Amino acid sequence: MIPRPIPERFRLRRTMMFMNAQKPGLIKDAYIYGVDSIILDLEDAVAENQKDAARFSLYHALKSIDYGDTEVIVRINGLDTPHWEEDIRCAVAGGADGIRIAKCESAQDVKTVEEHTLAAEREFGVTEGRTLLMAALESPKGILHAYEIGEASPRMFGVAISGGDFRKSMHVQMIPGGIEINTARSLMLLAARAAGIQCFDTMYPHLNDKEGFEAEVRQNHAMGFDGKSLINPRQIRYVHETFAPTPKEITNAEKIVRAYKEHAKSGVGVFTVDGKMVDIPFAEDAKRVITLARACGVYHGDL
Amino acid sequence: MINAVGRNIPDELLQDGREVYQGKYYMDGKCFKKAGPQVRRCEKPTENKLCTTIREACEKCGAHDGMTVSFHHALRNGDYVTSMVMEVLIEEMGLKDLTVATTSLGSAQDLLADYIEQGKIIGIQSSGVRGRIGEAISAGKLRTPAIIRSHGGRPRAIEMGELHIDIAFTAASTSDYCGNAKGTGGKNNCGAMGYAVADSHYADHVVVVTDTLADYPNIPAPIDCIDVDCVVVVDEIGDPSKIGTKEARMTEDPRDLMMAENCAKVIAATPYFKDGFSFQTGVGGPSLAVNRFLESYMVERNIKMGFALGGMSGNICALQDKGLVGKLLDTQDFDMVTIQHLADHPDKHFEISTSEYASAANKGAYVNHLDFVVLAALEIDTKFNVNVLTGSDGVLRGAPGGHPDTAEGSKVCIIVTPLVRGRMATVCKDVVTVTTPGDTVDVLVTDYGIAVNPLRQDLIECLNKADIPHVSIESLQEKAYSLVGTPDDLEWENKVIAVLEARDGTILDVIRKIKPLVLE
Repeated sequence: MIPRPIPERFRLRRTMMFMNAQKPGLIKDAYIYGVDSIILDLEDAVAENQKDAARFSLYHALKSIDYGDTEVIVRINGLDTPHWEEDIRCAVAGGADGIRIAKCESAQDVKTVEEHTLAAEREFGVTEGRTLLMAALESPKGILHAYEIGEASPRMFGVAISGGDFRKSMHVQMIPGGIEINTARSLMLLAARAAGIQCFDTMYPHLNDKEGFEAEVRQNHAMGFDGKSLINPRQIRYVHETFAPTPKEITNAEKIVRAYKEHAKSGVGVFTVDGKMVDIPFAEDAKRVITLARACGVYHGDL
Repeated sequence: MINAVGRNIPDELLQDGREVYQGKYYMDGKCFKKAGPQVRRCEKPTENKLCTTIREACEKCGAHDGMTVSFHHALRNGDYVTSMVMEVLIEEMGLKDLTVATTSLGSAQDLLADYIEQGKIIGIQSSGVRGRIGEAISAGKLRTPAIIRSHGGRPRAIEMGELHIDIAFTAASTSDYCGNAKGTGGKNNCGAMGYAVADSHYADHVVVVTDTLADYPNIPAPIDCIDVDCVVVVDEIGDPSKIGTKEARMTEDPRDLMMAENCAKVIAATPYFKDGFSFQTGVGGPSLAVNRFLESYMVERNIKMGFALGGMSGNICALQDKGLVGKLLDTQDFDMVTIQHLADHPDKHFEISTSEYASAANKGAYVNHLDFVVLAALEIDTKFNVNVLTGSDGVLRGAPGGHPDTAEGSKVCIIVTPLVRGRMATVCKDVVTVTTPGDTVDVLVTDYGIAVNPLRQDLIECLNKADIPHVSIESLQEKAYSLVGTPDDLEWENKVIAVLEARDGTILDVIRKIKPLVLE
């Protein structure tokens, strides 16, 4: 039995990599690639008649593999299937850090999963409230309800758009630049920030289209996403590089935080750094940059 | 007697001045007289060396019971010639008590296992021993223990007269009637033929076997007509699809790529990574992929490679064509792209003999000038000793190849290997066989982390400076055992079935007969 650290609701989640829970060769040591979160999949990657075998494999992986500080999330089957209740029991019994709700469309969906999660925690003697939740938004309805979904539970740490299903429901194909999905992305981002949770973009399906992938990652970062779903370890490095603050951003943030600390002592709230006006919201953003830089391993300073 | 890598070498092997391994550079500076072959003088003009059959050539060269014959493995798994010749010697001519000294053995020579079983072949001297031959040797079927040498150790043994060859059979893609022979220009090309050069210089008789007769003089050629006794033209010397792949594919396996990337990172963090550096890599998945990641560091820092050494693949040729590599010093070509590249670029792509490449007994081989080598391993232990010869079951199934030569010669030797393979721990407490002594191995890159040999404090400092995380090799070994369990020790019988020579000719290790596994 491997003890897992207590899951952290708001941690670094630049990369969340899907792995078929049924493939021991994949899940046995998926943490070696340095991904932030692993999503062990019981849903789309697993054939309908293999759900039970996949749960078995998942449970034993959770119980016997030391994933260290890599977060382990379980993607359960949709609430319109006969599988999700058993999926939750299995994930909670194994001690997963969180559950990803597939095809989430309403706050009620979150509450339903939360209820079953709590029941499973009680059933298996897991600390109540330990298991985190996130929601995959895969339909227009889900996107439009993103805010209430995000606020539905204190366990909720984030929402992610699922591009494949979303595009199907909108009758559109994937287009470079994302004109067909960017409205949904933006709405979801607004809702997530309003609800105070994280927000993740969909996976990029064309593994060999390096340029297309990298363009999408840059766009994700520019739009304000916290991270992205991935399907292959080869995609990790570029996301981590793109999402890490640049040396220039770090230097600037450091200056602001230091100046803010000094001025705060003498009771000054607004001041200038390099000729630019700085007030409290700037200082808070600068602190966020420093924290992110440290988490990304690109800042070793003393702030 | 216990040697410098802690291996117990039976005293009966230590006759005629044979010594156990004493540590690296032990023979440095010592002098010896080279051996010399018997030469039949050809004084008359226009002597034709063509023979119509292999048998005719064998008879002309005085083939006899108890002799030593040699072959090279530039045709790799596509080689027809070794089996073809052995069949003639044993089946047609009825010869026995033969010793076969090859540069390597693989499944293409499986027929030899039958002759070992029948007692016709009594000795094997090789680098690689794989497949059925490995099993036959491991079962103790040879009259004398096999002798395993590195690619540099073999020409050393030949030049010092320890390996005397009666007839060298040299497969060549083209040859003229006089014996100027090479690995290009024919219908079954193998490219570089550096493995065959020492044999041609030191064997009493040299028979070139080709399937393409070229116009005289077929030069420049690695095999020189002045060393050749007979030329035989056969239908096919090999199966081109097995001589080399069309193009060595770069791995797409994320695990291999991650390890390759880390190797390149380590290389780029050392002071040896500067303009004009030299580099060698194997063709295994992660080793080969190092090229790709190294390229971006080279471009980024405006650094060019002075020379690349050893076995070549299309990858390194492409790097040269981009202007990033000065010279290719080629001992073996793994794909068709490289074979063609060798033929097309005589100004910058050179074939070299294995003595030039890696011998520890000449006046300075190329490996001594190597900055980096990236190598694979079957096993590596916590003393950094590497095994590339015996499987986890104790059976011969590998080859030291250039491993110990490049490890000792290079400034930085990097081993890249996954921590476990299936149920087997690659990083272990004690390797089955020491093929490469740990004090010549500097860095281990695995999928679970990097370890640096504590003997190389300078490299540890480089990695620290570059923010490259590294751990102790013991912690990697413990991690491996925690994943797959602690392996039971192998159980051996007393009989030594193979002697493993260090590159300097001392005895590095022995391989004993494995006790048959009995399931209770």
